[in-house]
Amino acid sequence: MNKVVERTELVPNVHKMVIEAPLLAKKARPGQFLIVMADEKGERIPISIGDWDEEAGTVTIFFLEAGVSTMKLAQKKAGDDLFAVVGPLGHPAKIARYGTVLLGGGCYGIGGITSIAKAMKAAGNKVIVVIEARSKYLLYNKEVLRNIADEYLETTSDGSSGVRGKVQDVVQFITNQQKVDLAYFIGCTFMMMNCSNATKGRHLKTMVSLNALMLDGTGMCGVCRVSVGGHTKFACVDGPEFDGHQVDWLQMIQRKSMYLQEEMLAYQYHTCRALAKRAQEEGG
Amino acid sequence: MAEGSQEKVKVPRQRMPEQHPLVRARNFNEVPTGYSPETAQLEASRCLQCKKPSCMEGCPVGVKIPEFIKLIREGDFVGAARKIKETNALPAVCGRVCPQEVQCEGSCILSKKGEPVAIGHLERFCADFERSTHQVCVPAKAALNGKKVAVVGSGPAGLTVAGDLILLGYHVTIFEALHKPGGVLVYGIPEFRLPKDIVEAEVRYLQSLGVELQLNMVIGAIRSIKELMEKDGYDAVFIGVGAGTPQFLSIPGENLCGVYSANEYLTRANLLKSYQFPRYDTPLAKGRSVAVIGGGNVAMDSVRTALRLGADNAFIVYRRSIDEMPARREEIHHAQQEGVQFKILTNPEEVIGDERGWAKALKCIKMELGEPDAKGRRKPVPVRGSWFDIPVDLVIVAIGTNANPLLTANVPDLKLNERGYIQTDEHGRTSVPRVYAGGDIVTGSATVIQAMGAGRRAANAIHKDLTGEDAELPDVCSATM
Repeated sequence: MNKVVERTELVPNVHKMVIEAPLLAKKARPGQFLIVMADEKGERIPISIGDWDEEAGTVTIFFLEAGVSTMKLAQKKAGDDLFAVVGPLGHPAKIARYGTVLLGGGCYGIGGITSIAKAMKAAGNKVIVVIEARSKYLLYNKEVLRNIADEYLETTSDGSSGVRGKVQDVVQFITNQQKVDLAYFIGCTFMMMNCSNATKGRHLKTMVSLNALMLDGTGMCGVCRVSVGGHTKFACVDGPEFDGHQVDWLQMIQRKSMYLQEEMLAYQYHTCRALAKRAQEEGG
Repeated sequence: MAEGSQEKVKVPRQRMPEQHPLVRARNFNEVPTGYSPETAQLEASRCLQCKKPSCMEGCPVGVKIPEFIKLIREGDFVGAARKIKETNALPAVCGRVCPQEVQCEGSCILSKKGEPVAIGHLERFCADFERSTHQVCVPAKAALNGKKVAVVGSGPAGLTVAGDLILLGYHVTIFEALHKPGGVLVYGIPEFRLPKDIVEAEVRYLQSLGVELQLNMVIGAIRSIKELMEKDGYDAVFIGVGAGTPQFLSIPGENLCGVYSANEYLTRANLLKSYQFPRYDTPLAKGRSVAVIGGGNVAMDSVRTALRLGADNAFIVYRRSIDEMPARREEIHHAQQEGVQFKILTNPEEVIGDERGWAKALKCIKMELGEPDAKGRRKPVPVRGSWFDIPVDLVIVAIGTNANPLLTANVPDLKLNERGYIQTDEHGRTSVPRVYAGGDIVTGSATVIQAMGAGRRAANAIHKDLTGEDAELPDVCSATM
């Protein structure tokens, strides 16, 4: 059991959660992830470690409320318990002095790139941060990222803030302007695929942090397997960081959506039960 | 042979009642339902009480078989359970999942002429009797000796080490990576073969003795072996993390949706209770037509789970014949009774997918047995041009596991063999002082009782190395639970 210290809905459906986990806070490195179970009947889901505070003994995660498991997390309040928090898992991101590093984040990945941006900056890189959302009101962590980055850019699909478009659209523009030595993308699978495709013709080394389905997170089950350069890898123990140009994205997207039907069913089951419970309480 | 033995042999081996195959193939309840006290005593009467019991030599932990059977015959079932527990900490588990036919029962003198004494059934009976009548006793513990031992992994090896050392006066902490203790007993072996409340009872028993249990701790990630010893003050560490990482066939289509490793399939069903989805959140694709590749116990567990989850057709696909299957005969027999279809001498070559990336067929080729190989097993060779497809929506790969490097890769001086398993001496000592190992991470895939035997030997070695004394386990009962 780990205590929730804070849970805030930063923008609609994107949550920040600070979890009491002193041992984890000592070991966490940028790019690693946790396996989290909200309650005893919950799924084991992987979530990137967004940040940590060794002194306070806490780790911070960012997640999108998108199904039953993340809904359960989103319902937790400060002081509640999480049934299981396991980690830090996966290889840390390879932090080195590359030169200029372009970091792109979307959705939960805006939180996910924060610790990597910090570490890349500390390693002496010029850091360019680009974040994306459908609209201005869905962007978060802006001040934090603006303070870390040497160059900071927002993109929105509706043009309500920054560049109209997505990260993939400005990647070309930036790389035309200046020499970039490494690109790093975290976001939904589709976003990472598009961004990787955008850098592909430019001989720009591109890393992504894959968000495959997982159970144990320690290499025991193999549900997270992904084809990288024609070889089967386990995202949990071989990754989560991979060369975005080598990933078989179609397979990745198909495997990620394996339980779409079941996820909808489970969501209905839980929301209906919650409604029924409320009706009973109000009726009684 | 004892006098009057001719008469004793006439009592036939007592069958353990089972759920009807058609009924059990659709539920997760345990298949054999247990002996009654009368049946147990009748079966116990078949034992010849050999002076030199060969059955004991067949047991990896040397259970005092004739002695406990004699106690059953005399009606002292609790005494019998305690007699077993002198050498085997988990009789309710072993009575169910040990391959007795190649161990104790395989060595029973009666098996030469007819059927051996049902030692496994009797072991299960007394352990169940003791537990269900609340007569499990807490043995007297030696005085605390001030030494701390960390046990990494709560499977059969780890539980045995913890159980032995706690009685010898150690402070014992078990670190488990998953959210429930029990290792393969919990994530791997299905409910219908080993009810999970039995494993829970065994773990509770160890906790009542004072064993500390830390869940969700991946040693190698959150704590290294070195930190456990140098910073956390553990005098010794036992590694019993299991083999762990699933093998795949490296055939085309293996990463399609609907293709599972047996580890994943069974973990979803057993540990995460997917069969109760959506009451439990973890989903599991329900296949109408399920092909399980492999011929071991894990393959049988997977295929029988698929049936229980509603498969109309559940296949075992195996490239040799039934005789060569490594699974227990009992498991094969149970699977056949329940309606599993055996596609033997069949080698899978490709998983064929549909446009959405889901498995829809398993392309196979017929095999025939050729010349025996170095081990005497006849090598299967493909029959030219004999390809055929099995329509499937799920494929489960159950062809074994490899060593998981997550922990071992982070211990620089730990000697591994060429396949990544930890090298130890016969007492479980690794190349690192005060670090011990046992179970599948040393031997590769093996049985529960073999892992327990390794745990027992390692516990003895730890005691010897830390105190200079030979382990002598107390057997006096101080209180009942």
